[in-house]
Amino acid sequence: MIPLNWYLLLSATLFSLGVVGFLIKRNLITVFMSIELMLNGVNLSFVTFAHQWHLVKGQIFVFFVMVVAAAEAAVGLAIIIAVFRARSTLAVDRIDLMKL
Amino acid sequence: MNSSLHLWLIPLLPFAGFLINGVLGRRLPKSLVSMVALLAPLASFAVVLNAAKSMTAGLALPHVETFGQWINAGTLHIDFSFALDQLSLIMLLVVTGVGFLIHIYSVGYMHDDEGYARYFSYLNLFLFFMTVLVLAGNALLMFVGWEGVGLASYLLIGFWYQKTTAAGAGKKAFILNRIGDFGFLIGMFLLLANFGTLTFSEIAAKLAANPGWSGGILTALALCLLLGATGKSAQLPLYIWLPDAMEGPTPVSALIHAATMVTAGVYMIARTHPLYDRSPFALSIVAIVGAATAIFAATIALVQTDIKRVLAYSTISQLGYMFLGCGVAAYSAAIFHLMTHAFFKALLFLAAGAVIHGMGGEQDLRKMGGLRKHLPITFWSVTAAVIAIAGIYPFAGFFSKDAILYAAFLQSGSGKVLWFVGLVTALLTSFYMFRLWYLTFMGTSRNPEVHPHESPWSMLGPLVILALLSVGGGWIGIEKFSAYLSPAVGSLSLESSTPHLEIILSALAVTVALLGWLIADRFYRANPETPTKLAASVPAGYNLLANKYWIDEIYGVLIVKPLMALSKFVLEWIVDIAILGGIAWLLGGIAIFTGAILQRWQSGNLRSYAAWLAAGVAALLLLVVVPVLLGSHGIDIKRMGW
Repeated sequence: MIPLNWYLLLSATLFSLGVVGFLIKRNLITVFMSIELMLNGVNLSFVTFAHQWHLVKGQIFVFFVMVVAAAEAAVGLAIIIAVFRARSTLAVDRIDLMKL
Repeated sequence: MNSSLHLWLIPLLPFAGFLINGVLGRRLPKSLVSMVALLAPLASFAVVLNAAKSMTAGLALPHVETFGQWINAGTLHIDFSFALDQLSLIMLLVVTGVGFLIHIYSVGYMHDDEGYARYFSYLNLFLFFMTVLVLAGNALLMFVGWEGVGLASYLLIGFWYQKTTAAGAGKKAFILNRIGDFGFLIGMFLLLANFGTLTFSEIAAKLAANPGWSGGILTALALCLLLGATGKSAQLPLYIWLPDAMEGPTPVSALIHAATMVTAGVYMIARTHPLYDRSPFALSIVAIVGAATAIFAATIALVQTDIKRVLAYSTISQLGYMFLGCGVAAYSAAIFHLMTHAFFKALLFLAAGAVIHGMGGEQDLRKMGGLRKHLPITFWSVTAAVIAIAGIYPFAGFFSKDAILYAAFLQSGSGKVLWFVGLVTALLTSFYMFRLWYLTFMGTSRNPEVHPHESPWSMLGPLVILALLSVGGGWIGIEKFSAYLSPAVGSLSLESSTPHLEIILSALAVTVALLGWLIADRFYRANPETPTKLAASVPAGYNLLANKYWIDEIYGVLIVKPLMALSKFVLEWIVDIAILGGIAWLLGGIAIFTGAILQRWQSGNLRSYAAWLAAGVAALLLLVVVPVLLGSHGIDIKRMGW
């Protein structure tokens, strides 16, 4: 059986990759994908602990996170399309005003 | 066993009158207003008479009635207590008796005034505070009355507040009295610090228990109280409010600024006389202030042309006599003069009111004349008052003024000087009073357009009663009077080694008074052009007197102007610009400054937000994880003083 630590290490690595991507990437789509990466890193640790302690709560949490992530993706992509239409760019550094 | 005399009724009845007329007066018919206003002092007077009756029936004096505790803090106990003794009884009789007469007079005098109810509510308020002042058993309660009469005086001087001069005069009186009250307050603090009590009887008892205690702090105390007395009683250097106070209705001048309130200073000195007795220096200051004021004000009165102003300066001068009496420790003589002065000066003011009323508002002596035929009753009562104030035997003023002068003469040291000043003042007094008498009533009218008419009986009745009192008010004589007052103010010894000294001095005083009459007769009846010629021959002297020694102007330049400039500076620069403006600028500055810093965070740059978020999470993580990690290695950070 694979030890617990390995799962957690993977989860933390995924999350950190997501954070770093979120911070350094300039394309809005990439930033968005980084967020998904962070969410999934967290999901992985939820599932790991649920398996470890034989509790179903962690798994239920993961479903919740997935639902929210799906909703977020729908809204977020819509916003991205709207921004792109208005500005013809997706570089986050240049989208720094509250109005379109 | 003393039965209760219900002393509380004496002040509270006028207070009830004040409340009724003050709150409802505008909606009540005039007759009801007058009834309430007159019944209140009359009922008070009846209570006082009842007290006087039980005193003659053998009531033990001083009779103290306590109505509860006011202040009880540590060693300080102050009660609502009224003390009735010979001194306060005399004062009460004067205040409520003369006060009642003036109320009657006011019904006639103020009949057509719009503020009829307001006037009477103020007048009753004054009586309330004045009786509190007189009855107070301790200095603090006296101070309440003291401040209250000042308030009533302010309200009544400024009664016709639409006139700026009247409003200004009210303010002037109030502010100058504040200076005196400051002295009174400091005096009370000194009393508390040195006696631990403000009750007059306890102070007297403590002084009696320490016969060696004199001078020093007692002098300071007495001088502070004297400052209070000079403010209230219009003595040098705080007298200048009283002439201006004549802006008020004339009955007010009679009641407050002649008969009662202005004598409160004399009453206060007599009330605290054990202190003064222990401080010869303070006593001599009282005498000097009194004598100086007496002659100073009398000289100003010589040339005034406004009938009420002559009387105002005359009041200041007569109050100076009373201070002189106190200053030579002849308290009973001072109170005696206070009483007779209340009669004839109230009468003079009321008569002046009747003259002004009859002349249709004219106050200038130069435009009167020949009123004897038109106002016969007023004329005869003024004659009685003039002879009384001039000090001619056997009118009331003679007995009291003579007692003061005699007591001054007997005083060792500077007594003769004080006596001489008093004698010269008597000459001046006689002259200016007969001048007023001649100019008003004698000769022919100098203003033929006016058709003077006699006043209604509501005004003449009080005049006649007061005239009778001006004639006979002094017949009791100083010996009996001082013997009666001696339990309250100490006995007055008028024994002299020289035989017939008293008679000689009295004869001299009467001669001087007659001389003043004679001069006035020469000037204003026989040769009416003499005064003008005399004034033209010494213009400097005449101008000095006519302009009242320019004291108002000197005070204006030396005190009022710098104070105004300072107040203006403090208000405009320190309060307005520095404090108010400073606070506004400070608040604005804080907002701008913090805004300038916080603004940088809100750049709109998504990645910088993300960076701050990540940094925050990292910081939180460190805070939580590091202690746990350290703990797992056996290091307890709490012990290390974090």
